Amino acid sequence: MRVSMDIELKDVPGQMLLALQPLSECRANLITVLHHHQKLTPRKTVPVQLVLETRPENIPAIKAKLEENGIKVVRVGEHRFRESINVVLIGHVVHTGIQDTIDEIDKTGFAEVVDISLSMPGIDLLSSAFIKINALGKEEIQKALNILKEVSTKKDLLMVLPIDIQA
Amino acid sequence: MKTLRCSIIGFGAIGQGVAEVLLLKKEFLEDTGLDVRVVAVVDSKGATIDPDGVDLADCLARKREKGTVALEKITGLEVIKSVDHELVIETTPTNIETGGAGLQNMLAAFEKGRDVVTSNKGPLTLKYRELVESAKVAGCIFRFEATVGGSMPVINLANEVLAGNNVRSIKGILNGTCNYILTRMMEERASYTDILAESMELGIAETDPTYDVEGIDTACKLVILANSIFGLDATYKDVDVTGITKITPEALEMAYQNGHVIKLIGEVSRDGIHVAPRLVPVNHPLAVGGTLNVASVDTELAGEITVTGRGAGSVETASAILSDLISIYREQ
Repeated sequence: MRVSMDIELKDVPGQMLLALQPLSECRANLITVLHHHQKLTPRKTVPVQLVLETRPENIPAIKAKLEENGIKVVRVGEHRFRESINVVLIGHVVHTGIQDTIDEIDKTGFAEVVDISLSMPGIDLLSSAFIKINALGKEEIQKALNILKEVSTKKDLLMVLPIDIQA
Repeated sequence: MKTLRCSIIGFGAIGQGVAEVLLLKKEFLEDTGLDVRVVAVVDSKGATIDPDGVDLADCLARKREKGTVALEKITGLEVIKSVDHELVIETTPTNIETGGAGLQNMLAAFEKGRDVVTSNKGPLTLKYRELVESAKVAGCIFRFEATVGGSMPVINLANEVLAGNNVRSIKGILNGTCNYILTRMMEERASYTDILAESMELGIAETDPTYDVEGIDTACKLVILANSIFGLDATYKDVDVTGITKITPEALEMAYQNGHVIKLIGEVSRDGIHVAPRLVPVNHPLAVGGTLNVASVDTELAGEITVTGRGAGSVETASAILSDLISIYREQ
């Protein structure tokens, strides 16, 4: 999983090594390092932004080792899903099990439903849902859409895809 | 001055549009060295025939007053077989199930060595290969720009204007009725049924709107594009079709709030042929409204090239027939 970390180094030589060693020890892959040496913080520390590829369970260990080395960890953020897609579903969206539809996507581990708007104008009328799905990458988006397509066919829902997606 | 004798087979909205356009453009055509002489105009009740050229203004007036142009009882097929002329302009009502009179008319025209220009989709959707081969064997020219997108150039654009620039896919809005309905549903926050009724009142949708709203019309046009531009031996069965009958005003509203409109998009490439409602970003070139058509041609050398224009209308569609006619003369 991709993780971003904002850390602060003391403005003395050798600090960067102390920052990178824990990453190496915990077998994290370094993707980006932005070392803002000219932009000291009010605490006179050097801000560094890292993006690493690592397993979620390694993050507490990395954080602990950095702090052991006297490096302040200011923020840890996850960049897990890089691709996003919007889909409209029309039909008896809720009554055919909306939770189930969402679960089918979420349980894959490579995609998740992050937003859903629902409109149910009346008992005999069709409902509409606007769904936003995030996924690890373009391939995973396609897989998630295939799952959604199966679910939609089963539940007799019309799926409206974005124009740039392969049908 | 070269004389081009033609027949107008089918004198409905488009046939009459052709007559109007030929009258309007008489001088222009003469200036290009072409004396276009309509030797026969035929509708379902009969024909007006004159080897020296019929009076088109008269024909239009008679059609308006009497509901028919017929002065003698004769079919289009008989006219094609027996009257001497070079070009058959085929504008009979389209029949996508059997090809209708149009299919027979076109085949007869080629048999008699006559060129054909048409706006009639049915025969091309059903029997593209047979028609094109019959024309080839007979040494005839066969043009049909008006069958897809009305006045908006697609076929000639891809095959002639963009010569050498390989077309990877074409996608767009090819049915003005559906575009109108979806645009108005969004504008009025009205239901599909209400706006369909409005379209029918305005003559934008037929009494039986099935072919339009179920995406069948778009599918037929895509079959023609698949054959004529991509060289695929495609038929209607090869198209994955979903229409607009299930679209709700709520879906349009939510899509809009997220910066999208919903349009019935037809798409053809070597990977497949599809018709379905799609989410289109509001500022996308394909997000046109009203009854407009739009087509985006994805080219190998230049990326996407997009055209938009009126997909229907008598004079508008006739303009595509005119340009096909002029290009045949130019070729000769």
